[in-house]
Amino acid sequence: MQVPRFWREIPRYYRLEAAACVQCDAIHFPPRKICPSCGANAFETVRLSGRGALTTFTIIRTPPSGFTDQAPYAVGIVELDEGVRLMAQITDCDVDTLKTGDRMIAKFRRIREEGRTGVIMYGYKFVPDVGV
Amino acid sequence: MRDVAIIGIGMTRFGELWESSIRDLCVEAALACFNDAGIDRLDSITIGSMSSGLFTGQEHLASLVPDYLGRRNVPAVRVESACASGGQAVRTAFLEVASGMSDVVLAIGIEKMTDVSGGEATYALATAADQDYEAFHGVTFPGLYAMMARAHMERFGTTRDQLAQVAVKNHENGSHNPHAQFPFTVTRKQVINSVMIADPLTLLDCSPITDGAAAVLVAPAEMARELQRGPLTVITGIGHATDTISIAHRADLLHLDAIELASSRALGMAGKTIEDIDFAEVHDCFTIAEILVLESMGVVPAGQGGPATLDGLTALDGDFPVNPSGGLKSKGHPVGATGVAQICEAVTQLRGAAGDRQIPNARIALTQNMGGSGGSSVVHIVEAR
Ligand SMILES: [Zn+2]
Repeated sequence: MQVPRFWREIPRYYRLEAAACVQCDAIHFPPRKICPSCGANAFETVRLSGRGALTTFTIIRTPPSGFTDQAPYAVGIVELDEGVRLMAQITDCDVDTLKTGDRMIAKFRRIREEGRTGVIMYGYKFVPDVGV
Repeated sequence: MRDVAIIGIGMTRFGELWESSIRDLCVEAALACFNDAGIDRLDSITIGSMSSGLFTGQEHLASLVPDYLGRRNVPAVRVESACASGGQAVRTAFLEVASGMSDVVLAIGIEKMTDVSGGEATYALATAADQDYEAFHGVTFPGLYAMMARAHMERFGTTRDQLAQVAVKNHENGSHNPHAQFPFTVTRKQVINSVMIADPLTLLDCSPITDGAAAVLVAPAEMARELQRGPLTVITGIGHATDTISIAHRADLLHLDAIELASSRALGMAGKTIEDIDFAEVHDCFTIAEILVLESMGVVPAGQGGPATLDGLTALDGDFPVNPSGGLKSKGHPVGATGVAQICEAVTQLRGAAGDRQIPNARIALTQNMGGSGGSSVVHIVEAR
């Protein structure tokens, strides 16, 4: 991956920056320039809580190129408490004990690296939220 | 708009065709199609391919294909809508003829997938998902459908046996199809016990990586009547719709809006309801996909796709036969070719030429082609006149 393509997503990947529609309050992640709910095009940047519940997941056992060193790994959809749903890996847990409904919290993690001279990509992954 | 008929069909065998290049496959399918139509005229070509660039390095099929068909100077265009590229090619050909812009148009669907490794193919397929917010996290296509499968099992009580029955049924049908990549039968136990790909989906829940091409020739119905070669097969309805690229953004993960809208638009155009359909070829890229499509098109209520499949509703001798060709599961899934191959099966059935997999008295067919995880869909209604 070319550096700019990763770099320009950093506000989302590192800080979970989302767009809140000033007209209808809908929150969009990733941010959009046109609100699919009301059609408005003015937004405020907000940061997502990163806390929510697992709605569904799978365990990837046949990975795409770039992820072969990580398999098997869990990927799921988490619905955050503010209603936004996002997909990410679920880590720091025994994937065989995961269940839908489990509380999750987003953490800053390494996503993958592209060999010895490529980009090391960081971003959010979910881990079970046992502290609630 | 003019009425548009399908006057020729042709396809290659589907499989791991090491000896055939992307140009070989296109030419073989087109030649079979011209032979079938019995005419030599060609005004325009539409080509559906999801990712000839990633799979073979070859772009610019709009020059390569007419060149190697011996039709230099004929206009050609490539259309892309991920795994719905084939359906999109037929739709584009239809529009050219219906509008009066062209008379005889060839729609070709092609994908040559085995020139890259399995990991690269998995990567190429995943480019149909949101690159920055789905594929970035290492999710694969089996993974996206696996998340829908788990949600379906938890919400509706859909069982592993019900999912597996989709594969059992489609392999049974495909065992009668000489073009099929995997023309063997499987048992539910074999499906469930095959290697896990993305929980809960196993290898035999997934359509394979396939090389292949399919072609149809469309022309004004009036011209088809004059040719008088067998029963007239007319495209009476086309529906096309889109949805969010990320599955996390859908209002309901288990209702595919693009499929509901594409099928209702196609049926509306044809003046039909789903009850009028004699059989359907649908996009069973995974076992769960066929169940979701049945429910989203309203063949059965939400949650009933699994039990209905186990009860035989969609079997060759059921009340609503689905995928008599063997579907993507058994026939194979060269992604860009699939939507065109579905039309080939529809026409074969409507002609009464499907041999051991023939559905008796088939008059009205529906084909449903899907892009990605349901981000786009094209539905055709084809009728024998
Ligand atoms: Zn809004």
